[in-house]
Amino acid sequence: MDPIIEGFKKAFALILAMDRELIGIIFLSIKVSGFALLIGSILGIPAGAFIGLKRFPLRSIAISLLNTLMGLPPVVVGLFVYLLLSRSGPLGFMGLLYTPSAMVIAQTILALPIVASLSNSAIVSVDPIVKQASVTLGATPSQVTMTIIKEARYGIMSGVIAALGRVMAEVGAILIVGGNIAGYTRVMTTTIALETDKGNFELALALGIILLFISLAINLLLHLIQKKGIVQAGRWG
Amino acid sequence: MKLSALNLWKAYNGNTAVKNCSYSFEPGKIYTLMGPNGCGKSTFLRLCALLEEPDAGEINYFSNNNALKKDVELRRKITLVLPKVGAFNATVFKNAAYGLKIRGLRKKDIEEKVEKILEFVGLTDKKRHNALTLSSGETQRLGIARALVIEPEIIFLDEPTASIDEKNTGIVEEIILKINKQKGTTIIMATHDVSQAKRLAGNILLMREGTFLA
Repeated sequence: MDPIIEGFKKAFALILAMDRELIGIIFLSIKVSGFALLIGSILGIPAGAFIGLKRFPLRSIAISLLNTLMGLPPVVVGLFVYLLLSRSGPLGFMGLLYTPSAMVIAQTILALPIVASLSNSAIVSVDPIVKQASVTLGATPSQVTMTIIKEARYGIMSGVIAALGRVMAEVGAILIVGGNIAGYTRVMTTTIALETDKGNFELALALGIILLFISLAINLLLHLIQKKGIVQAGRWG
Repeated sequence: MKLSALNLWKAYNGNTAVKNCSYSFEPGKIYTLMGPNGCGKSTFLRLCALLEEPDAGEINYFSNNNALKKDVELRRKITLVLPKVGAFNATVFKNAAYGLKIRGLRKKDIEEKVEKILEFVGLTDKKRHNALTLSSGETQRLGIARALVIEPEIIFLDEPTASIDEKNTGIVEEIILKINKQKGTTIIMATHDVSQAKRLAGNILLMREGTFLA
């Protein structure tokens, strides 16, 4: 029990001292996951909206594909991006392997299907009467689309937050494509994996605690959004 | 603006909802479409409001005897209040402002008009509330406010009081009579309540099994 308690004590000391290495790792994690989420949302929300609003051949296959991709194992994504970016790969000339950009690409691939799929579900579940109401009030087709997306905003936001939770916590993909280079591509999860291997539990625990808090904050936010959106279920007319 | 429905037919999955219906609606009048549930009133209103295309027949709108093009501009002069309002998950104010916002009105004008209309339907004190938290009667009044704020020339109302209490029914009827009198808005309303049709004292059209009774 002692090493664990000792580890926690040192971990809190590191957090309280605002250790520079620790802060650097946290910021890189937030930066990489933040960018991945941003790109994933910019691509995923319109993709989800398109699938939710348009009827086209193979639509149900597209939905099934998205749902499958939601559960993509991060290591598989890591391997795929590695093969793409490695020197002999099709995008090797860009020299992105073992850079934060490669990590953003890998996490974007993880985030995108979650954002798209949950946006699609949110849009599909908007009461059809809302669409009719906007038409009767004189909305043009693009205004109707915007109204439906706006109406689904809480569900879409839940999707974005869920994707953030996934990319912040994943380790497999970024470890493969980022290489876990200290001060350059080392983020919270990869540091925890490495430091645990080395038996250096203080830093691993400190990051674990912070990761848990971030995860808690994300989930609280998700809960708040869902609570705000729940009013929809009680609609009168 | 005059509305003419000529030999309208509409069927859903082989079931004919509207059979050969024709009628001319004069501007500024009140019309109540009466008949039992499922007799085709809603379908007729939806066809007239250009929400659906008839299988056969024609809908035409005239201004000074000139037929109007069925474009966005015309659609924005008419509106249908649905039996289930379809309030947006936003404040009462934003709901009422919707029609003006999509028409690109200035913020100041929108505020002015919305304040006025909310007062008209008695929802001023609820303007900051989420529309989905309103009672059914208030929601119905919001549906009417949302339609009135765009100052339509013709307003179609599909059973606007079917799911609300007596007090709110009275308020809604009062609003309908007031807009007809003050603004000269043509009212075309579906109801299955005989006494309501009498209270509104307009032209009564009887409908049964998809056709108008002479």
